[in-house]
Amino acid sequence: MLVTLTLFLPMVGLTILLFMNDEQEDQIKWTTFGFTIATFLCSLLLWAGFDATNPALQMVQQWTWIEFSSFEVNYYVGVDGLSLLLVLLTTFIMPLAVLSSFDAHVIHERGRPKLYYIFMLLLEWAMLGVFVVQDLFVYYVFWEVSLVPMYFLIGIWGGDERRYAAIKFFLYTMAGSLLMLIAILFVGLQAGTFTLPGPDGILAQLQSGAINFPFNEPTRFFSTQSLLFLGFFIAFAIKVPVWPLHSWLPDAHVQAPTAGSVILAGVLLKMGTYGMVRFNLQLFPEASVYFAPAIAVLAIIGIIYGAWVSYAQTDVKKLVAYSSISHLGFVVLGVFALNSVGIQGGTLQMVNHGISTGGLFLLVGMLYERRHTRDLDAFGGIWKAMPVYGGISLVVVLSSLGLPGLNGFVGEFTILLGSYGSLVLGAVYTFFATIGVILAAIYMLHMFQKVFLGELDKEENMNLPPLNWREIAVIVPIVVMIFWIGLRPWTFFRTMDSTAENLVEERLEVAIEALDDSADVAAADGEVDLVVAETEGE
Amino acid sequence: MSQIVPLIILIPALGSFINIFWGSRLEEKQSALIAIFASTGAFIIALLLYFNLLATNYQEAIINPFFFDSWLRIPSGGVEIPWQMRVDTLSVTMMLVITGVGTLIHVYAVGYMHGDERFSRFFAYLNLFLAFMLVLVTGNNLLMLFVGWEGVGLASYLLIGFWFDKAKGEGYRNANAARKAFIANRVGDFGLLMAIFLTFWTFGTLDFFKPGEIVNPDVQTGAAWSDHHGDAYGEDDGHGAEEGDHTEGEASLGATFVLTSNAYAEEVEDDHGDDHATDPAIAAAPVFPDNSHLTMEQMGAFGQAERMIAEQEESGEAIMVQFGPFEFRFGVVITIITLFMLLGATGKSAQIPLFVWLPDAMAGPTPVSALIHAATMVTAGVYMMVRANTFFHFAEVTSFIVAIIGVITALVAGFIAIGQWDIKRVLAYSTVSQLGFMVAAVGIGAYVPAMFHLVTHAFFKALLFLGSGSVIHGVEHGHHHVHDHGHDDHHDDHGHEEAFDAQDMRNMGGLAGKMPITFVTYIIGTLALAGIFPLAGFWSKDEILADAWLVGIGGGGFLHSLSGYIALVGLLIAAGFTAFYMWRQIELVFFGEPRSEAAEHAPESTAWITIPLMVLAFFVITLGAMNTPWGHRFATWLEYSARHAHAGQFQILLAIIALSVGIGGIYLARVIYGDKKGYDAERDLDALQKTPAAPAWHAANQRLWWDDVYFAVFINPFIAAGKFLADVVDWRFLHDDFHNLLTAGFQRAGGMLATPVDRGVIDGSVLGLGRFAQWAGDRMRRPQNGFVRSYGVWLLSGAILVVIFLLIPLFQNGG
Repeated sequence: MLVTLTLFLPMVGLTILLFMNDEQEDQIKWTTFGFTIATFLCSLLLWAGFDATNPALQMVQQWTWIEFSSFEVNYYVGVDGLSLLLVLLTTFIMPLAVLSSFDAHVIHERGRPKLYYIFMLLLEWAMLGVFVVQDLFVYYVFWEVSLVPMYFLIGIWGGDERRYAAIKFFLYTMAGSLLMLIAILFVGLQAGTFTLPGPDGILAQLQSGAINFPFNEPTRFFSTQSLLFLGFFIAFAIKVPVWPLHSWLPDAHVQAPTAGSVILAGVLLKMGTYGMVRFNLQLFPEASVYFAPAIAVLAIIGIIYGAWVSYAQTDVKKLVAYSSISHLGFVVLGVFALNSVGIQGGTLQMVNHGISTGGLFLLVGMLYERRHTRDLDAFGGIWKAMPVYGGISLVVVLSSLGLPGLNGFVGEFTILLGSYGSLVLGAVYTFFATIGVILAAIYMLHMFQKVFLGELDKEENMNLPPLNWREIAVIVPIVVMIFWIGLRPWTFFRTMDSTAENLVEERLEVAIEALDDSADVAAADGEVDLVVAETEGE
Repeated sequence: MSQIVPLIILIPALGSFINIFWGSRLEEKQSALIAIFASTGAFIIALLLYFNLLATNYQEAIINPFFFDSWLRIPSGGVEIPWQMRVDTLSVTMMLVITGVGTLIHVYAVGYMHGDERFSRFFAYLNLFLAFMLVLVTGNNLLMLFVGWEGVGLASYLLIGFWFDKAKGEGYRNANAARKAFIANRVGDFGLLMAIFLTFWTFGTLDFFKPGEIVNPDVQTGAAWSDHHGDAYGEDDGHGAEEGDHTEGEASLGATFVLTSNAYAEEVEDDHGDDHATDPAIAAAPVFPDNSHLTMEQMGAFGQAERMIAEQEESGEAIMVQFGPFEFRFGVVITIITLFMLLGATGKSAQIPLFVWLPDAMAGPTPVSALIHAATMVTAGVYMMVRANTFFHFAEVTSFIVAIIGVITALVAGFIAIGQWDIKRVLAYSTVSQLGFMVAAVGIGAYVPAMFHLVTHAFFKALLFLGSGSVIHGVEHGHHHVHDHGHDDHHDDHGHEEAFDAQDMRNMGGLAGKMPITFVTYIIGTLALAGIFPLAGFWSKDEILADAWLVGIGGGGFLHSLSGYIALVGLLIAAGFTAFYMWRQIELVFFGEPRSEAAEHAPESTAWITIPLMVLAFFVITLGAMNTPWGHRFATWLEYSARHAHAGQFQILLAIIALSVGIGGIYLARVIYGDKKGYDAERDLDALQKTPAAPAWHAANQRLWWDDVYFAVFINPFIAAGKFLADVVDWRFLHDDFHNLLTAGFQRAGGMLATPVDRGVIDGSVLGLGRFAQWAGDRMRRPQNGFVRSYGVWLLSGAILVVIFLLIPLFQNGG
């Protein structure tokens, strides 16, 4: 019940907003904020009631929505350790994003505050749905619905090239989603249900062998399982985005209003990485093992490429956008390490990235509100003009570049440790990925120096107003989380440990062993070893 | 006793916290007092720990702080990395140096930073540095060491760039120096991270030693005191189920003598009352002579390595270590680990190839240079390698490379120092060179001399830096004096003021009489650095050379022996450089005639500055006594925490040679630079430039073009490639051309669609929806009070329509 309540609270808020009009801007703002806070509190209750030692789905609620002789669709919601953290991330980021929009000048300029906040709540609903729904069909609906409000947020309240960016965002994601839709329909119709858990669910059927996705026929690459895997993976990879599918991201980030960027970086991109853990690993373990090295290579290219390109940017927002590509490369690497350490590191890094990069976008937004430019060269010496802002920014920048003791390090370290000990990856992958740690320092400190250090010599920067209470209220929770996760990540690892362990033991390790055996057999028969031959990564 | 250990970190952290948040509201005196109290508090704790070690016969302790017990903990992955502290002779040595020198420098900084507008912030950063440095040396696992390692890097970054807002681009250059330091260190950190990963997957733990382990069975008879508790890492609640995971820890307590403070005991009792009952029994448990009763899981990385090495030697067969699909010989693994560690050390301890950041780091205020970039932080690499002496002792190839890197660094930096004009840069290169001595010492297995030199160097180099700060301060004052009194009404003189460089030795000269205390203490520091009997530097440098000699003739393997000879010869030459460039500096700064009006009017510094100088000078004179041929007290002390530490032997002949090299260097410098002919102001020439050695001096002056090469080979290509990737590959190709290619056909075909999407969806549909909504709203106004006037509701209906549309084929299919 609690899950449903968390999921639908934003909808309740949205309904109330419908009965207001644009002139009541204050009521609209505070109602929205109140509902996002209520959702957050609700999700905290969810966390409090969650039994971390139990790997199974918890607080399940279900009823049948569509039932036919050949398939059924259920409203089936629940959380496990992995999805709970992302629910918490969503409900944590949303109030901050809403609060940061209160005085946003784009809303004054373009008007329609009511519509803006309606979209915010709609977005929260859709994102929460993606994380808690356990039925592929309903999941797909939420996945698609989440596009709509973001499309309008960018398209209406975005920057100068907002239309191009909004359409690009929509089309890219949509293109991937269609492949996923086909894969979902295939899986659902074959299993006779779209629901994953439960006694008759897809997972149980896979476990019992009632259905299976053949992996070795005709070849591994063109087998049913691999194609299904790719159907899901490409949709997720565009969303993340995995290099080289990232070219929509800089546009969307740069053009989106501050809150849009925060949500996009903070939560929306995680729908992709979460989907990889939830669907790719769980439904197609053999294909995951098979593709892991190739995907890891893409992830590592993304880590290095994103960082490198980020360094050359002159637009602060674009710089942060490219840094996202680098950071999410780490997440993907962790997930496809296919061991418990890597998956947990990846999941924690999803949260970390939401907090750090979300924080960076919030900070950039505050500066933008004051100066109406994002050009690195327009700043310099800002620390002197706004000392508190400078200090907070330093903390967030350090968290983003992975200073030990702050959150980013915990995630990156765990991911790299996992990929090092991974049975499918290993030291060489980790070696190249760790170079990203050096590069992160290079581009982040470059940005920090350009904006904050040096002489305060530009007239227009001299009298920037200090942070107001609202801005401090927005950023302080971020800073608190940065330290909390950095110093005591056990709070979070504890939540997901048994879930990740279960996933690894029941699905992945079996697959790794199976593939090992078949490789041995193949080698013994003198056949070409497909694992090696077809893996681009080596 | 043990529960005061975490305070050594907490107190400076608290001091930093107060000054960061309330500093702007405090007066200078208050800020300084808070910081000095914090630093002194940490020093007192270090002293207490020192006496405690003496009283307990060097029994080390492992402490789980009461504030954070677990850190990285992933039970299903076997990861268990706690916040855990280690007090043993090695870490206490470092603590004493850090807090002792640190406190003196805090006092000094009160005088030095007086009047700075961010005075309190400076002290906040100094305290922050202390806190991180103490994390580095007290951590009982590699990852905590890494936290301190990067943390001090942050403090260093903040302090090098402390004057980031100076005018005329100087602030930006300071920030550049800070960034350079951080990034060069990050390259080293990359190595350390790789070493950490490899260590973890080889040994399953990052702990140095686990409770109950005996570090050095050769000297230790008893067991460690510790309050490690079997389940102390765990959360207080909610993981009773995992109790089983910790039973090994419980078992290891068999050899542990537990000293538990009352507060902690109560806490333990609350949480695990039943476990606590066993503690008294543990105290009376039998004492084991070595670690043979422990399983591998009960030992830290070093203990496991020792056992594996012993097994390997016994059986004659190489042990294989499994990494996923790969298998390596244990010896290879250790070599790789140590090589990566070495990369880390070259970053933090400024060795070739990463030493370039340290000279630039002199952009920071002088107390920072003294504390961080001479006495403490830069020695972290040496500390780490001594801590890991088990690995290095076993890894012969790495040790050889370590020795070579140390020797080359000592030579190169010593050479470059000869050609510098900036008083602090000379000292900076000198520091690099002396760190080379320490690293070379580690490379030849002379861990005690390395640490000994680390300690003495901390004192005399801090003394020299503080002395140079006093000189700079004096010259600046003299300059202001001249400026205020001589040129009161010349406003255009500002340009002149900017151009004046108070750190340039060309502007000095003849300061001996004007700053007597500074002069005398500086001479003491110089003689110590040059290794003149009987100052501290003589004893520590001589120990390194003596060990090098012994290693050379000892014949413990070809590489080992070779590294001994190379170290001996190379370091002797470097010692000659040292004496030479230091005496050159003395001549240029203190002797001769003042070469500027500023130097003419330089006053002696205040007591805040001179008292720390005198205290340091006292230690520089006396500190050598702690490890002389007549009593290797320091060696005995260190043996309890470093398995392969051993006392050196005094070689009277070598001592005489080394001493004559030092005196020879000084004499040569005296001949060349003495009698006011050190610097030819008219032609801007160094005395060496008038000798046949002029090209060599030029090369030293240009720092061997090291930075230029790095710019040409690494940095500029990196920037250019970044621009190319960003502008051409990512933007013009991927973002524009490729995207257009993808969408071109699509757009042409969907031209009809595109316009409605472009114009329609955003403007049209919203406006249209609006119009529709208005119309609908009008109709619905009566029943709903006119509030339904939203686009959202229509949007929602749209979404639902989409869903239904999607469902249609399925209905058909199903039906």
